[in-house]
Amino acid sequence: MRFKDKCDAWGLPNDPIDFSAIVCNLPLYLEGLWVTVQLVVMALAIGLILAVPVALLASSRSIWIKALPKAFIYFFRGTPLLVQMFLIYYGFGQFEAIRESFLWPIFREAYWCALIAFTLNTAGYTAEMLRGAIEQTPFGEIEAAKACGMSGALIYRQIILPSAFRRALPAYGNEVIFMLHGSAVAGVITIIDLFGAARIVNSRYFVPFESYITAGLFYLIMTFALIWLFKRLEHRWHAYLRPRET
Amino acid sequence: MRKFIRVIAAAAVLMLGAGLSQAADWSKVRIGVEGAYPPFSWVEADGTLKGFDIDVANALCKEMGAECTLVQQDWDGIIPSLLAKKYDAIIASMSITPERKKKVAFSNKYYNTPAKFARMKGSGIEITKEGLAGKTVGVQRATTHDSFITAEFGDAVTIKRYGTQDEAYLDAVSGRIDLLLADSVAMDDGFLNTDNGKDWEFVGPDFIEEKYFGPGAGIAMRQEDTDLVEKFNAAIAAIRANGTYEAINKKYFEFDVYGD
Repeated sequence: MRFKDKCDAWGLPNDPIDFSAIVCNLPLYLEGLWVTVQLVVMALAIGLILAVPVALLASSRSIWIKALPKAFIYFFRGTPLLVQMFLIYYGFGQFEAIRESFLWPIFREAYWCALIAFTLNTAGYTAEMLRGAIEQTPFGEIEAAKACGMSGALIYRQIILPSAFRRALPAYGNEVIFMLHGSAVAGVITIIDLFGAARIVNSRYFVPFESYITAGLFYLIMTFALIWLFKRLEHRWHAYLRPRET
Repeated sequence: MRKFIRVIAAAAVLMLGAGLSQAADWSKVRIGVEGAYPPFSWVEADGTLKGFDIDVANALCKEMGAECTLVQQDWDGIIPSLLAKKYDAIIASMSITPERKKKVAFSNKYYNTPAKFARMKGSGIEITKEGLAGKTVGVQRATTHDSFITAEFGDAVTIKRYGTQDEAYLDAVSGRIDLLLADSVAMDDGFLNTDNGKDWEFVGPDFIEEKYFGPGAGIAMRQEDTDLVEKFNAAIAAIRANGTYEAINKKYFEFDVYGD
């Protein structure tokens, strides 16, 4: 992923608004867009997988079982994403032990540091949403399942989790959009994501308005696509809540 | 209500007038500085700004008889903020380059030092097209060093661009980059001679080609403020002549950073 100066002539006119630097560097924006999509999609996918067991443990009644997952949730919801990312990127790099260890090839790369921070952050938020949704399961549903002779695992698999996912869906849609917007912090640790691309173009051509509004438009388009997607999902998953069509 | 509007309008006109008259005589000048580029500028633990750039700025203001306020600004936004009139001049080791000249006016240079690479001791990296192939080089984003490495070695190396020089040093220490490219004096005092940079050393020749690095560091101002450019040029000449520059130079460096 290398920045190549596509505009050979630096001779950009001093117009109040001038998008020529943006047009010349559109490939850079598209590369950045692709990095943003990769980071967000991977972080959300892995984060969701992590969130399920964390939420299950956190909704336990035993203090011993729920202490650790609760602490995880509190930490990642209680601190800014930027702080978490700096802690992993700059903070871990400080320790000789980590620099010497087999983990260093991962922590050496800004890309993986950002992915780890994003994954853990979204896992924390998603786990809390799921925990809430799990605890809201109506007692009647569980009693009915027990009365049918279902085992504990089967109740979780067939009754509690599916309805919890349904209840958490609207909130999760927001989390996905927040993650997309939050991913802009990757641009701060040398990653050329969408925001990183905008920063490079701004600092080379001194066009802050044009460079950031372009990045903003790309984020806007992705956000609308996500809103549309979650509307479709809710339409499907919440079908039982719709008035029956006759 | 109408009276209220009239009062507001009158106040606005007064404020505008005050703004214009202030711009005309330059008895007050606001100066943008960076504060993350030792030994030229840095922020002390108590929040005060220190360094060669800062001392030069204060000396020039004294020479011009102007009351100066220093405004700290990140490098990325340092030119846009000047154009947005958040301050009137930039004294932040900014190299005079043709591309910057399209947006801002420059004073004459106030120092000129070459750029140099640094590597980790024992890494054996040589500064040739082959030696650099596949290596990761850290530079400060949108500096002359960034333009130079992008144009000359952009195909051979991976370039990591940082918001400040200090962040690049941090990643050099943790081994995320193989080479640093920066101003030799800034890197020597700000990194190599510090505890953090003890495992790093200079490598390769001095780079000073005017095409990339320009004639040196100058003071940037808005293009319409030609009178301020003249004032700064006169003040630079004056502190060069009266020994003030030499005194500041001695405080930080053992050689004359003004160049030829």
